[in-house]
Amino acid sequence: MSIWEYANPKKFMQTSSWALPWVTGMAVVTLLTGLVWGFFFTPDDFRQGSTVKIIYIHVPSAMMAINAWAMMLVTSLIWLVRRHHVSVLAAKAAAPIGMTMTLIALFTGAIWGQPMWGTWWAWDPRLTSFLILFLFYLGYIALWEAVDDPDTAADLTSVLCLVGSVFAILSRYAVLFWNQGLHQGASLSLDKEEHVSDVYAFPLWVSMAGFVLLFVALVLLRTRTEIRARRLRALEARERMA
Amino acid sequence: MMLEIQDLAVARGGIRLLEGVSLALGAGQAMVLRGPNGIGKTTLLRAVAGLQPAVAGSITLPPEGAAYAGHADGLKATLTVAENLTFWAGIYGQSGIAPALAAMDLDALQERPAQNLSAGQKRRLGLARLLVTGRRLWLLDEPTVSLDAASVALFGASVRAHLAAGGAALMATHIDLGLDEAAILDLTPFRARHPEPGQGGGFDEAFA
Amino acid sequence: MLALLLRDLRLATRAGGGFGLSLAFFLIVTVLVPFGVGPEGGVLARIAPGILWVGALLACLLSLDRIFALDREDGSLDLLATAPIPLEGAVAAKALAHWLTTGLPLTLAAPILGVLLNLPTAGFGWLTLSLLVGTPALSVIGAFGAALTVGLKRGGLLLSLLVLPLYIPTLIFGAEAAKRGAEGLATATPLLMLAGITAGTAAILPFAAAAAIRVNLR
Repeated sequence: MSIWEYANPKKFMQTSSWALPWVTGMAVVTLLTGLVWGFFFTPDDFRQGSTVKIIYIHVPSAMMAINAWAMMLVTSLIWLVRRHHVSVLAAKAAAPIGMTMTLIALFTGAIWGQPMWGTWWAWDPRLTSFLILFLFYLGYIALWEAVDDPDTAADLTSVLCLVGSVFAILSRYAVLFWNQGLHQGASLSLDKEEHVSDVYAFPLWVSMAGFVLLFVALVLLRTRTEIRARRLRALEARERMA
Repeated sequence: MMLEIQDLAVARGGIRLLEGVSLALGAGQAMVLRGPNGIGKTTLLRAVAGLQPAVAGSITLPPEGAAYAGHADGLKATLTVAENLTFWAGIYGQSGIAPALAAMDLDALQERPAQNLSAGQKRRLGLARLLVTGRRLWLLDEPTVSLDAASVALFGASVRAHLAAGGAALMATHIDLGLDEAAILDLTPFRARHPEPGQGGGFDEAFA
Repeated sequence: MLALLLRDLRLATRAGGGFGLSLAFFLIVTVLVPFGVGPEGGVLARIAPGILWVGALLACLLSLDRIFALDREDGSLDLLATAPIPLEGAVAAKALAHWLTTGLPLTLAAPILGVLLNLPTAGFGWLTLSLLVGTPALSVIGAFGAALTVGLKRGGLLLSLLVLPLYIPTLIFGAEAAKRGAEGLATATPLLMLAGITAGTAAILPFAAAAAIRVNLR
């Protein structure tokens, strides 16, 4: 029994149809627990008031924004090396989810930043990095949309994902350098995680687990949709041939 | 042996076109591929040229053995005839374009930019490119399109000279080049039938 | 490969080759900026390195889709892919030709345009040096983007969308080097990073670009 068996579309469909309801259910329960606990059963921060509670959406979505790209990188590599069709379709399925997570992180960041720093947007290294990540998602999705032939699209987007990953990391360091160069000795510390005490941390862990499960459920769902769409197209093509 | 194809299957756009194609070409031999439009002549030639992968079967040819000439001639409009030819000679590490110019009757047009050539003259220049590659196996896709009778004869003569010098040619053409020694391979019997799931080699087929 | 480089240079300088278009575009962008931000010398001097870098980057972007699309149209790309020179080498030669006809003229024109933007005297040398070191990376990254979109009918817009995010690190380090130079600060770090990006992209991206072209020709 090899892990690659799950790359077989039939096997994947069987397994995922069994797993999807469970993952979805777990995602809903975990997410609700984490968010309700975080929103209603944690004390207000002495300095930030109740605004701090957006952390339960902001931090997990930011984490998933990066993890989704990491997953796309791994599945793209699997496609390039082992030519498993399900793998690259999973990457395609994950991209819009990752992009949405990036958007959520950016928006919640703006909503949080307004009362805290008095501005919706600052060219802070971390914020800027997520904006750049958003652009990479945009390019990846646009390339999938633009290429007709599915084999060509899969190969090209996988190469783009590989090269894009290198440049995304490079951009991260460039942005750190650039920002230090601009605002040397900034008085505003944006490092949130350092100050989080256990009261806030436990619901945050639960919420993060909820986001991971939600991501897995959405990727499974979207990959299943993609596989069905491919099957339809293949059957139509065969119909035309006959 | 210049070219050996065994049990080859090729696909275009995820649909298998030809299967079970086997052929062999030795030095001094030519083969003409025939068949209705869309049977897969171009696809077969592109697969032999290495531009697209074969779905099944094998293609054996000596390394750096083949020169490919497709529908487009690969000419630059703003370069002269001589410049276009010198470029391709340089790419193939050859020198001396004079014999090629003479063979295709382009001597008088040497200094003319390619954009001022007629369609037939462009085609002749495209075929002259084959002569400067120094390759022994020619893969020709409809080489005689837009050539007049005299140019077809000219081209037939260069192919014959190429064969006599130990070369070989695999071509898709409907026009009789006057090459009596060329074998004719009708591709119609090799048309892929009743495609089975996953045999087109295409992406979607993997899910059927 | 030398033959390919010479051919591309010759094509670019012939009529309709587009040589000079990027330069004119660079000039116009630079002239437009003072109309947008006002003629005040201090402001212009402060933003001059950044504006010139962004302008050079956009001017470079303008001619990217010509790198492979023209060869694809007339069939040369098929023939190059079956030619004895490795496709990776062909990509590198074409990227170099693009740099010689775009990046290098832009680099040489930048100091002249710097006068228009009131660039401080100390900045001229650093601006030119940073562009000289950084623009080859723009050409190589652009060649990769052009290779990805070579099979598409209207790939120009998508090409910009794909390439611009990849340009971010080059732009950051390049503009930073020019800016620090203009302010009389140390420029070694951004210049070294810029050189690193150029060397790294020139070493790796031709392989990725050649792979993308092979996929697109299939």
